[in-house]
Amino acid sequence: MENKTYSVIGKRKPRKDGIAKVTGDARYADDLKLPGMLFGKILRSPHPHARIVNIDASRAKRLAGVKAVITGKDTAGLPYGDVDTSRYLPPHMAGEVPDFPNVKHPLALDKVRYIGDEVAAVAATDEATALEALELIEVEYELLPHNFDPLKAMEEGAPQIHDYAEKNICSKIFWDFGEVEKGFSKADLIREDRFTTSAVTHTPLEPRGCVAVFDQTGKLTIWSSTQSPYMRRQQLSKALDMPESSVRVVTPFVGGGVGGKVCSCEPDFQAALLSRITKKPVKITYTREEEFTATCKRHPMIIDLKTGVKKDGTLTAVQCDILADGGAYVFTGPVVLYLAGAFLATAYRLPNVRYSGYRVFTNKMSSGAQRGHGAVQPRFAVESQLDMIAEELGIDPVEIRLKNALHPGDTTANRFQVKTCGLKECIELSAEHTHWKEKNESPVPNHGIGISVGAFISGMAIPPHTSSGAQVKFHEDGAVTLLTGVTEIGQGSDTILAQIVADELGVAFEDVRVVSSDTEITPVHAGSYSSRGTYWGGKAAKAAAFDAKKQLFEVAAGLLEANPADLEARDRMIFVKGSPEKAIPIRGVVLASLMEGDGNPIMGRGFYKAAADYVNFETGEGNVTGAYSFEAQVAEVEVDTETGKARLHKMTVGHDTGTAINPMSIEGQMEGSVSMGMGQALFEESIMKNGVILNTSFVDYGLHTSMDMAKVESILVETENPDDPFEPKEAGEGTQVATPSAISNAIYNAVGVRIKELPITPEKILKALEEKGK
Amino acid sequence: MDNHIIELKVNGEGYEVSVDSYRTLLEVLREDLGLTGSKEGCGMGACGACAVLLDNVVVLACLTLALSVEGKEITTVEGLAKGEELSPLQQSFIDHGAVQCGFCTPGMLISSTALLMKNFHPDEHQIQMALSGNLCRCTGYVKIVEAVKAASEH
Repeated sequence: MENKTYSVIGKRKPRKDGIAKVTGDARYADDLKLPGMLFGKILRSPHPHARIVNIDASRAKRLAGVKAVITGKDTAGLPYGDVDTSRYLPPHMAGEVPDFPNVKHPLALDKVRYIGDEVAAVAATDEATALEALELIEVEYELLPHNFDPLKAMEEGAPQIHDYAEKNICSKIFWDFGEVEKGFSKADLIREDRFTTSAVTHTPLEPRGCVAVFDQTGKLTIWSSTQSPYMRRQQLSKALDMPESSVRVVTPFVGGGVGGKVCSCEPDFQAALLSRITKKPVKITYTREEEFTATCKRHPMIIDLKTGVKKDGTLTAVQCDILADGGAYVFTGPVVLYLAGAFLATAYRLPNVRYSGYRVFTNKMSSGAQRGHGAVQPRFAVESQLDMIAEELGIDPVEIRLKNALHPGDTTANRFQVKTCGLKECIELSAEHTHWKEKNESPVPNHGIGISVGAFISGMAIPPHTSSGAQVKFHEDGAVTLLTGVTEIGQGSDTILAQIVADELGVAFEDVRVVSSDTEITPVHAGSYSSRGTYWGGKAAKAAAFDAKKQLFEVAAGLLEANPADLEARDRMIFVKGSPEKAIPIRGVVLASLMEGDGNPIMGRGFYKAAADYVNFETGEGNVTGAYSFEAQVAEVEVDTETGKARLHKMTVGHDTGTAINPMSIEGQMEGSVSMGMGQALFEESIMKNGVILNTSFVDYGLHTSMDMAKVESILVETENPDDPFEPKEAGEGTQVATPSAISNAIYNAVGVRIKELPITPEKILKALEEKGK
Repeated sequence: MDNHIIELKVNGEGYEVSVDSYRTLLEVLREDLGLTGSKEGCGMGACGACAVLLDNVVVLACLTLALSVEGKEITTVEGLAKGEELSPLQQSFIDHGAVQCGFCTPGMLISSTALLMKNFHPDEHQIQMALSGNLCRCTGYVKIVEAVKAASEH
């Protein structure tokens, strides 16, 4: 689907970094090498909960090649956090946003809280020496009682994991919108079910890594595989007790993140501390095992869902109680709890919603952000239960979704203002493309079809970052450089932002280069999380390009003897509208501006301030993003009743993309989302026993291969906002929100067993089949 | 320490390197020869990001000792293009959106290059089989398989 009013937007442009990535030229953090560089390693706790009595590093320090061994005593002793909102508000706004305690330290100060917690770090001339040194550090622990069970965390006498957190509650939420009891009283059917979801590990192919170096003036530069350089800068400045401007965070090529490289479970802190002490560059790259054991997971949740519905399928009320297993630290916990509640009802018209959410601490690796942050888990519950309701009422699953779907112009119970909404089209098109009706009328044994819908935000307004900036500068030859804070982690942000800039300026896509994600150079941007890159970064880039164009037009107007308002830019030229013979190349205008007149370089600046309310954790009310994406997907599965193995053959996805900047890139995001969602639905779980994660390799974890992957048909639904024609919605996360439930519903359709616990493994299917057969 | 001077032939160029007997081909490529295109995604032969060609056969450089490959033709992702001219597979990966974060891309290209050397017109299943040792989190493999198919029809 190509938009005719655009020249570069809407085109399947190849990636800006394509050549670098297919030739091996793209350099990631672990590919970087600096003179004198040392290699760092982290000593981790073997105990789930223990007090550190003493650390003796003297033997390690004496080992030849070891340049530094550090412990908590060598840190500034200042904690940092991932939801560190209040510190970054201007003084007059103090108190407008709640504060969450910062509890994470680069190295444990007094106690360790999970198996894998950072205890000490070593820098040595080579990796093998660093590893050897770890063995020589003697740590005396006093073991403390531990708890791995979120259901027991709030019980009387449960081990206290953080002193400040009463009953181990990290955060809690209680919202009550509309008239829930009245809603239930009007219902003809009420269902109550419990659903659970698993700890999923992100497994970007690139393990987290960084190179940190302090210069002689005490300034830190760090090349980090982070998704969010500005947030990391704040965290580093806090943990190292340095001004933010003395910390420069740069992202080299980043090998994927899918949410995990937002959280502060990266080696940046330890590498920076080691570099400060040794005065040498220090590299730390996680091993794959560390990726599985010492980085955040998707929050496992226990979801109790009660839904009331009328005979005709109209939803009347929902009550949902969620217990999220937060693991040892805060990370993005309060945000995930907010999003789980906020997206409970977003997709359907539902005025009466009650939500209680608790995120508790346990002695496990922390949970954090992951693609579809907080929305995937409750969506699995809501969409599974909706199919159960539809069956009881004898209504088609597609029909019950169409009946309740949000419409453009709706305001949800929690005050989300849905300006554009292509959900109805997404449902209808995905059903039509899969021949939903026909397949339901003539079922094939052990083959099933299931539908699910979802919704997501295009960047959430949560301090500290509620705006995005961009700069566009012209080179003498008419080429353009965009400076953006949007972090390219593989999702294609550099490419689509270049398309937006080229389109606005009337230059070729090839004329635009992108410098992204360097806190010293690029304007502030939250980072690549919460799906804000295209919408926030795109609007900022467009504004900056518009500003540059305005400057061009002012110079060109003099040269063409025309009014700036009568000019237009296209094909690398500036034309007088309606007089195609009156034109001048953009390059000529740039040179004229530099060489004549006042010598003004053409440099545009622009920004986007979230047209939204700041997240209110307490009330849950407010419109937190400028645009909501919607999606529907239909899964077609086959279940082998002998082995219990379910196979997804095809997923057909309708996604409301708003203005689609690059359909090829969007398809790639949708396919990747389906792939990851399928993993979460069928295969993936970090299995833990006695606090130890057992499956710490790709093979044991079961990351699926090309052999397991389904066909994906992507349907782009381009909604249009008459008040804002340029509305490029998120495309990288929303699709995954609906994938596990679509697959689960299809499995039920195939063999008649309803699995309420993710992942839906062959064992669970076989067990359910056996019970069904009794 | 058991140290040897060996000659490696990588991407058509000869290199004399001094290696300890325990060092892997991946370490030597990345650290000694500066060929960082081959990636370490797991270090235990599960992800395929380190795949290289050894006499036109795919091997995992993280599981291969550098000493064992002396005298053999090693091809890494850096050796797939002829000067500035990309191989049809490389071009196809770009044209079909088969690249996202790019970390698996070198291994994917090596495995598909090996496939197309022995099977000029693989079907989709054969491509999936050939790539089954290369993990990817970003793409869901869809556009990678499409890119290989398109290159084979080139």
